This record gives sequence, structure tokens and C-alpha cells, in this order.
Amino acid sequence: MIEAIVFFPLVGALIAGFFGGSIGDRYSEIITSSLLVVAAILSWIVFFQVGFGGEAGPMADPTKVEIFRWIQSGELDIRWVLRVDTLTAVMLVVVTSVSALVHIYSIGYMADDPSRSRFFAYLSLFTFAMLMLVTADNFLQMFFGWEGVGLASYLLIGFWYKKPAANAAAIKAFVVNRIGDFGFALGIFGAFLVLGHLDFDSAFRSIEAVQGTTISFLWGEWDALTVVTLLLFMGAMGKSAQFLLHTWLPDAMEGPTPVSALIHAATMVTAGVFMVARLSPMFEAAPISMTVVLYVGAVTAFFAATIGLVQNDIKRVVAYSTMSQLGYMFVALGAGAYTAGIFHLFTHAFFKALLFLGAGAVIHAMHHEQDMRKMGGISRIIPKTYLMMIIGTLALTGVGIPGTSIGFAGFFSKDAIIEAAYALGGYNGQFAYWSLVIAALFTSFYSWRLIHLTFHGKPRASQEVMAHAHESPNVMMVPLYLLAAGAILSGVVFYKVFFGDFDSIVQFFAGSLVVNEQIIDDAHHVPTLVKWSATIAMALGFVIAWYMYIRRPDAPRRLANQHAYLYRFLLNKWYFDELYDAIFVRPTMWLGRLLWKGLDDRIIDQGIVEGLGARVKDVTARVVKLQSGYIYHYAFAMLIGVAALLTWAIAAGGLLG
Amino acid sequence: MTLPVFFFYIFSGIAIASAVMVISSRNPVHSVLFLILAFINAAGIFMLAGAEFLAMILIIVYVGAVMVLFLFVVMMLDVDFADFKRGALQYMPVGVIVGVILLIELLMVAGSTFVSPELAAGSAMPINNAVSNTQALGEVLYTRYVFLFQGAGLILLVAMIGAIVLTLHHRKGVKRQDIGEQVARNPKTAIKVVKVKSGEGL
Amino acid sequence: MDSDLISFASLAPAYPELFLAIGAVVLLMAGVFIKNASARLVGVAIGMLLAVTVLVIIQPATGVLFNGGFIQDDFARYMKALVLAGSAFALVLSVSNAVDNGIAKFEYAVLVVLATLGMMVMVSANDLMVLYIGIELQALSLYILAAMKRESARATEAGLKYFVLGALSSGMLLYGASLIYGFTGQTQLDKIAEVILLSDRSVGVIFGLAFLLAGLAFKVSAVPFHMWTPDVYEGAPTPVTAFFATAPKVAAMALLIRLVMDSFEPLAKDWQQIIIFLSIASMVLAAFAGIGQKNLIRMIAYSAIGHMGFALVGLSAGNLVGIEGVAIYMAIYLTMNIGLFACILSLKSNNGYVRNISDLAGLAQTRPYVAAIIAIMMFSLIGLPPLAGFFAKWHVFLAAIEAQLFVLAVIGVLASAISAFYYLRVVKTMYFDAPEQEFVPIPGELAFVMGITGFLVISYYLTVGRTLVDFANVAAGSLF
Repeated sequence: MIEAIVFFPLVGALIAGFFGGSIGDRYSEIITSSLLVVAAILSWIVFFQVGFGGEAGPMADPTKVEIFRWIQSGELDIRWVLRVDTLTAVMLVVVTSVSALVHIYSIGYMADDPSRSRFFAYLSLFTFAMLMLVTADNFLQMFFGWEGVGLASYLLIGFWYKKPAANAAAIKAFVVNRIGDFGFALGIFGAFLVLGHLDFDSAFRSIEAVQGTTISFLWGEWDALTVVTLLLFMGAMGKSAQFLLHTWLPDAMEGPTPVSALIHAATMVTAGVFMVARLSPMFEAAPISMTVVLYVGAVTAFFAATIGLVQNDIKRVVAYSTMSQLGYMFVALGAGAYTAGIFHLFTHAFFKALLFLGAGAVIHAMHHEQDMRKMGGISRIIPKTYLMMIIGTLALTGVGIPGTSIGFAGFFSKDAIIEAAYALGGYNGQFAYWSLVIAALFTSFYSWRLIHLTFHGKPRASQEVMAHAHESPNVMMVPLYLLAAGAILSGVVFYKVFFGDFDSIVQFFAGSLVVNEQIIDDAHHVPTLVKWSATIAMALGFVIAWYMYIRRPDAPRRLANQHAYLYRFLLNKWYFDELYDAIFVRPTMWLGRLLWKGLDDRIIDQGIVEGLGARVKDVTARVVKLQSGYIYHYAFAMLIGVAALLTWAIAAGGLLG
Repeated sequence: MTLPVFFFYIFSGIAIASAVMVISSRNPVHSVLFLILAFINAAGIFMLAGAEFLAMILIIVYVGAVMVLFLFVVMMLDVDFADFKRGALQYMPVGVIVGVILLIELLMVAGSTFVSPELAAGSAMPINNAVSNTQALGEVLYTRYVFLFQGAGLILLVAMIGAIVLTLHHRKGVKRQDIGEQVARNPKTAIKVVKVKSGEGL
Repeated sequence: MDSDLISFASLAPAYPELFLAIGAVVLLMAGVFIKNASARLVGVAIGMLLAVTVLVIIQPATGVLFNGGFIQDDFARYMKALVLAGSAFALVLSVSNAVDNGIAKFEYAVLVVLATLGMMVMVSANDLMVLYIGIELQALSLYILAAMKRESARATEAGLKYFVLGALSSGMLLYGASLIYGFTGQTQLDKIAEVILLSDRSVGVIFGLAFLLAGLAFKVSAVPFHMWTPDVYEGAPTPVTAFFATAPKVAAMALLIRLVMDSFEPLAKDWQQIIIFLSIASMVLAAFAGIGQKNLIRMIAYSAIGHMGFALVGLSAGNLVGIEGVAIYMAIYLTMNIGLFACILSLKSNNGYVRNISDLAGLAQTRPYVAAIIAIMMFSLIGLPPLAGFFAKWHVFLAAIEAQLFVLAVIGVLASAISAFYYLRVVKTMYFDAPEQEFVPIPGELAFVMGITGFLVISYYLTVGRTLVDFANVAAGSLF
């Protein structure tokens, strides 16, 4: 069954990719979508079998299906094994369900696009890569999936390749992710070096033995596991767009909206969270890394929320909200409440995909207008979409009544994280707690701002656009309904096994990640005020948004003028793009130019090429010209090289004795 | 100082001095002549070492054939070496620095201990005075070194192919001798009978 | 003075070389006596090279011949198979465009075969003299091939440059060899190791070693001995460049490996320093210099320099995993380059063959399949999983980590990240820029080569990967 789940998308991708031209766009859509739907149904079956099926003990072995045995030499034993445990099953459900819905939705959304086969092939390819990632049983396989999703997202972001911004965004996403991947690759090398195994089970078993050992890296001696986990986390920061490596995510919104829903809300960006959870035994053994994860998460949650406050592009608001929510998940992981992080990942996938697809429906209705300043007052024209967006917003802001089990999905998972952060205590816990509460206030504000600007107030779009605004076709709406159901129910139904009850959690996850009894217990016994804090922040945000955008619509402009500097700072995303441009991009270009100009341009292009022109004119002087210095340079470089080698050999030899 | 040692220093001294002259003399013809001198001295050193055959080959092949050819080429080509050197002089300082570094390092090598004497004695091939040089070479050339010999032969073959392929150029529209074709001619292909009207010419 | 020429059967390990040598001479005769047979002779040469490839693979005779000068072991067989296959495919690439590139002469095939023979001698060299003979046989043929398009000033210049600089490198190599002989009294590789083991570490030997490595570094175009590479690659006719970029690199790398592993095992610390130096310099310089290139072939030249740097990472580890990694690396490198050159040579427009990266603009629309193959090759050259290029890098970096060469591994990974820029730019140009020119139809054999290399690169993990690793393992094992 698991093979079917993993390989159906690949089959779909291959069919649509290679035969899309001959079988037609319509069949490509149907084939890829139906394969995905089947995979999604199978995933749910697997999910219930694995999570709730047997009387599996706490340390039950995960199901493993070996596809391929590849290398076996010495310590190196690499196989392609599909690993299915609860953590994987949760991810399978998220990935295949959202992907299936996005496939269906895209049939409507991309209806006018001339190269739909290609699009669906990419979507399915991406899904396959993501499934590879989540079913990984060893580091190498995970790296495969990791790079695979990177590649597929590069293709998808740049899908509208005629749009220069989309090109630039695709390359930016790829390059920024390379930086993270660089850390991730080193982390994998390090893990193999320190733990001696590439497959997870063996690697985790040898953690205890290597705890406290040090390795020398760059300069000085470091705790081996800390170095390795930090390097791995660097990869997670890149994929999950965490603070410092976040710049690609907002730009990636240039891709088609279904892509944003699939990749930038539900699946790829959560790969970092999944990876940390999967490697939780390693992170547990490296407290410093845990603290780093906590801080990065908290800072991102706050930082992204502040930028979200002032953005005008509807998709970018949702994108920053995603970044912020990913920060929440990392806080949960950093606090040791892995299940809470995965829980939020699970619920977030539904409501964020809902919001993205809803935003897509709005954009669709408004003739591809994304600027919220040119919307407004369309709640009556597209009431169903409006309702869906409201549900998504309620879930995102975490509406619910503390102490009861009434609430939207986000309410359970988000509050679980906030409580876990508080329960962690100490300076770190307090920092994370307050960051998250303030971020919750901001979240509520910008989410309602989005709703008010888009749906309420006076219409700001042109008459013509308003006249043509229409509800989306059913093929787009049905996925929204299903996601809305998830956004409402996924929290309350699964709260118990993810965070509610320690025994249930242990039984549910069955050892697929670390479950800390202490932190869960503490989180359940935080003061009542703390339990209410997120709800209060949420309500406050709602009131402010209502006041500013409904009651006194001139307030935002006044506020922006009063605090022009702060406004611009936020509007320009804390000037990170400019900073990176100055620090990294320009010096690299400069260095490239220097080496090229210095070595090649002057000597080769100017010397040889221009010399060549002269020789054509003056054939007799040819031989002379040919020898007038150019080969000298080369020979000279070789001589200097050999002198350097000799000196180095003798000097290094002297040092080595 | 015995006579061989004396001659050794004479030969090597002249060889080095003429090598310096090869690259420093202004006139390219002089350079070539100095090169010949260097070769002759090298042949002298071979002679001292008891390798008469090599010494003779060096003189016959290098001095007699290669260098004379070289001399012709240099004299025919009228290359302006002064111009060519000006470019080189530009990099003199760097060159001197690199050269000095290399020299110091090479002196370190010369000053360093050699391999232990017993190893050196065991490895060098002793001169067998019973057979002549030529015969000794002949004995190993097709047996012990047959692989190298054949390999060297192939290299020469490649050099030959290269010389031909890079220089032989069949120009179109040039009349060449083709004995077969010439012999195969008969009146039909060679003679054309034209009736000429009187008073008009061809 | 005993000889190996007792019976023909006793020469079994050298059959491939003998066959090729005789074949080359027969080809030459046929070329001289049969008029206008160059196209057919290329076919015969391809067949011959492939036949010898098969012979090398199926003929398991190993041993040392010719008084210790020639060695045939599993390592040599592996590398020879690569060299032969590389040469054969390089010849295939030249079939359709020989006339355009001025190499439609029967000497072309003969010289390629002779160069290949030289490479096989290099791979099997077990003596400093044989090593030199092999290198010269190969290099001399390559010089001529580079200059073969006589009417092109660029090609002539490339040939001359290659020749002069190659002679300089040969000089260094010979100087090193004579130093080694002077200080150890031996020319046979394994005997040199014995002498070094017995005596103290002498500066003279180290010196000889450094000179030898400098000479060989020229052949693998490692920085700072790489200067000839971009010029010669650009100047030589493109099918010849395809040949330069593949088989000779494999042979030189094999020779380098055998030399340091066989003769200088006791001086591992010393040569490792040098190899690391070369490796880092190559990776870093190529990564940066490649960014500035406009000419496609020049870019590939820098890519080759960089990849040699990566391969040297494996060698600098100096352990079994490392040598195995280099062996795998060379095989994958060969495949990627053959595929890439097949694509480039198939792109002929009315203005001639593509020269600059900008000529590829919009290729995804005009020639989607070629564009896809080029893109795959580029991604593979970057080292993106699951393409073959990733595994090549994976093996060498793993070896470096195992040998505790962390700094080297870090620099290597960084350099590969930087070099992604210029590979990606090609992909960007093909997929995102507007098409400018029409191309003539693709010749069948190039499409075949593209298809086969593309398939191997994509499906490496699933198909050939494991076999290749096993082969490389056996090959590397025979050196220890």
C-alpha cells in the first residue's frame, strides 16, 4: 500500500510529463488528480491503521518496506526503504490530502493556461519528492527528497517563466535553499561521521555512546552532536523559511496560487519541522541546539507577524502568516513538545491551504488582482468564498473557548504551543512565550485586516471588474469545503492523541519521535491567565482591526504617516533583501567579475582575441604576435605554481616533521 | 685532480655558460650556435661517463641534423627576437623572484643527504667493459625495453602523421604530375580536332 | 636479459594495447590507400575501440609484463574501459559534423586511436619511463588534433599553445622523474616505494614528487596548471574538445592515482598536502571564474577544472573509499560530458554551431528535448540528487570526511554551491529567454548518445549505480 502512495504521484508525473502532449491536457489533469485522490485515501487508511490500529506498544517497530538495496561497503549500507510510522503517517495524510485537493482545485484555477500538462506533471513530481522525504529511513534518502522538493519548487515557482519576477523568485528560492542545503549536507556528513550510520534507527541507537564527544570543526573543539544538529537545523531554516533564510518565501508567491497552497503552506516549508521531529532523539541530546531552535522559531514568529501587518498583496500576507506559524512550530520543537509542533503542522496544513486557495478564488474572481487596496466589498458577490475565508481566519487566529473542547483547529494546536513555551519556563521560555503571544495578537490583526480590506467596506475595484466578479466553479469550491471541514475539525478530533493525554500520545506515536512527559504535563497545568492569554490577544487583534478598517477607515493612513519610519521599515520587510544584496550578492558578483576580468578578460579576451584580429590583418606578423607574451603568462603561471608547490611541500613537510 | 674530473668541469662549465648565452644572445643565429656548443659539451660529458654511443648519437642526430635544420629555419624566418624579448623583460622581476626561490630550494636538495650508499651502489647499472656500448644497448633494446622501444616508435609515427596532416595541403587548381594518368592518355582524350575556317583563326 | 616475448599467450594482459596498436597502423594504411574513406574509417575506429572495450572488460588476464614496466590489474581495466568508451563516444560525436569542423580527414580517426593507445599505456604504466612514453604518445596526438583545423587561426593557436605548455609540463615531469631516479636509483613504481620505505624522508625525493605532480596536474588541468584549458577547449574544433574533456582526463587521473598510491605511499603526508592544495585551488577558482563566462565551451572548461578539483578531493583522502570515489567520479564525469557535448554539437543553426551561452536562448521552445537533456546535465554537474553527479560528489566528500579532511569538504561543498550559479544560468537562458534562432534537425547518432547519457544520469541510482560502485570497489581494491 505504501508503495502505491509513494509511486502513484510519480506515475502521474511521468504520464503527464512525457505523454501530456499526446493525451491532451484534460487527460493529464484527470489522471494525475485521480491518482492523487487514490493516494490520499490510502494515506488516511494507513494513518488510521498505524495510529489507532493495533495494540502497538510504545516502542513498536515502524513498518519498513525495502524498495532497493544499493550500496553495502563497510559501514556504508544504503538502501531505499520506505519507513512508515506514525510521524510518517501524519505527514502522508497532510501531503497527499492537500496535494489531491490542490490538484483538483488547479483544474479550475489553471483552466486558461496553455501548458497545463506540464503544470500537473510538476505538481505530481513535487508530491512524489515530498513523499520520498517523509518516508525516508536514512539520511541520504531524506536528502534526496529534500533536494527533490527544492527542484520541483524551483520549477513550479518559475512556472510562468515569461514573468521576470517569477524567474527571479525561482532562482532566489533555489539559491537561498542551497545555503540551507549546504548546512544540511554537512550535517549529514557529520551525522555519519559521529554516529557511524546513515539509517535512522542505528544512528539513534548510537547517540548515547557518542554523547559528550567532541569534534574539531572550522576552529576549535565542539560538542559533536551540537554541531551536527545545528548544521541540520540550518537546512531546516532554509526549507522552512526561518529568520535569516526567509527571504525567498514571500517572493515565491510569484508562482501560481495552488502552488503556494501546496508548497508554501502545507508541505515543503514544513519539511524542516518534520526533519527536526524525525531527528528528535538527536536534538534531545543537544540542549544548545534545542535552545537555538526555540529562539529562531520565536524570532521568526514575531518578525514575520510584524511584516504581515502592513503588506498589501493578499498572497504575501498569507505567506508571512505561514512564516510566522512555522516559527510557532519550531518553538514547540525547541521546547521539547515535538507532538505539539507536529500537531500544529497538521492543523495548519488544512487552514493555511484553505486560506491560500481561498485567496486564489478571490484573485480568480477579481481578474488576477492581488492588491487588497483594490478590492473591498465583495462579500455579497462571492458569499461562499467569503465564508470559507472566514473559517480559515477563525482557524488561523485560533478561536475557541479555553478549558473546553470547543474551538477551531488552530485554537488547539496554537494554544498547546503557547502553553508549552510557558511551561518550559526560565528566560528562554518566557521569551518564547511573550513572542508568541504578541505574534498571536498581530496574527489576529492582519488576518482580520485581510478580511476587512478584501470583503468589507466600499468596493475599490473598477466597475468593470466588480461587474464581472463571480463565484468560482465547483471544481475549485469543493476542495475549499473539504479543507474547511479539516480547519474546523482536525483540532478537536485529534487533540487527545497529539497533545491532550500523555498515554494516548505515547500509544499514538509509538516511539516515532520523542515525547517528553514533563513538558506536556507542565503545559497542562499552566495558570489560567496563560491559558487565556492567546485568546485575549486574538480578541484584541480582532477589535483593533475592526476599529481601524471598519469603524475609522482613515486610521491606518494616519498611523502610517505618524510612524512613517516604522511603516517603511515593516513594508520593506526589515530591509533584509537590501542587506543580503549588499553583503552577499554584490561581493560575489564582484569577486566573480574580478577573477574573470583579471585573469581572463585582460589576458585572454583582450590579449588573445584582439591579437587574433590583428593577426588576420597582418599574416606575416602572425607567428611573432602569437609568441609575444601570451603563452608566457601561462608558462609563467605554471612556473610560479611549481615553485609554490615545492615551497609548500617543503614547508608543510617541515611542519609535519 | 685527475684528468676526467678536470674535463668534467670544463665540459659542464662550458655547457652551462653556453646555455645562458642561448637565451641571452641578441642574434637568434648565435643562440642556435650556442645551443650546438652546449650539445657538444653534453656529448663530452657522456663520453666521460663511458657512454660513447650516446655521445656520438647526440652529435650526429642533434648537432648534425636537428640543429642544422633549426639553423636554416631561424635564418629563413627572420624573426625579430628583440621584440619578442621585450615582452619577456616586462616580467623580469617576478621571474627573478621565482627563479631565486627555485634555486634556493634546489640547493637544499643538493645539500640534503642522498640515499644510503649501499642502495645507490645496488641500483646503478655498472659499466660492463666486456661488451661495447652499442652491443650492450642492442642487447636490451629489443628485449628488456621492447615495450618502451615500440612505444617510442609509435610516438615518432604520430609525429610523422602530425607533420603531414598539418602541412600537406592539396591546393585546388594546381597541375600535378600523375604518372598513371599521363601514361594512360590516348589520342582520344589528348587531341581535339577543330575545323578552322580559313582566315578567321581560332 | 629475459624477455616476455616467449609466446603470444604470455602477452595476454597486453592484448588490448597490441590490438589497438596494430589496428591504428592498419587504419593508417587504409586511409592512405583508399580515397575519401575518412567517414568509413571513423566507423571502423569506433568499432575497434568498442571491441577493445569489450576485450578489456571480458579478458581478465592481469599481471606485470615487460620487466615490470607494464601492469594490468583491475584498476587498469576499469580505467581503460572508461578511456576506451570515452574515446569511442567522442568519435561518435564527430561523425555528423566532421566536415564543418575541418576534421574530415582519415588522420583524425588514426590519431584518436593512437591517443587512446597512449592513454592505455598511461593507465598501465608501472615505470617512470613507460609513464613518460604513454603521456607523450597521448599528448602529441592531442596537440595535432587541436591544430587539425588548419584554416582556423583559433585552432592553430590552440594547438600551438597546448604544445608549448605541454612541453613545459613534460619538462617538469621529466625533471621530477630524473630526481626520483637520482635519489632512489629506481624507475619502477613499486621499487621506488621500497627504497623510500628503507631510507629517510629525503628532500630530493619530495622535490621529484612535487615536479612529477606538477607535470600531471597539467594533464588533469588542476589550478595553477590549468591556464591552457579554456583557450584550448575554445580554440580546438568542438568534437576534438569533447574528446579532450573526457578520455585524457580519466587517463591522467588514473596515472596520478597509481603514481601516488604505488610509489609514494610512504610519503602520503607529503603528496596529500600537494593534492589538497591543487584540489582547493581548482574548485575555488573554477567556481568563481566560471560565473564570468559568456562562451559555452569556456564555461565547460572551467567546469572541467572544477570537477577535477572535486575528484582530487577523493584522491587526497588517500584511502580505499577515496580512490573508489575518484573512480566513480571519473565514470560519471565522463558520461555527463559526453552527453553535454552531444547536445552542443547537435545545435547547429544557420549561423553555425552554438558558441555562447546566449545562443541557447529559448531552446526549451525550439528544441525541448535537447534543452531537457542539457538541463539534466547541468543539474547533475551541480550535484543535485538523485542525478548521477550528486553521487559522484557524495563518494568523494564522504571519503574526505572519513579521512578527517573537514576543511577540504567544507570548501568543496561551498565551491559546488557557488558553481551552481553558472550552471543554473544556462538553464535559465534555455527556459526563460526568448528564442532567437532556428536549429537544423538533430543527427540520429547524437540523439542516441544524448538519450543514453541522459538516461544513465537520471536513472543512475536505480540502474547502473550499484554495478558501478561494485566495479569501482574492485578496481580501487587492487591498489591496496
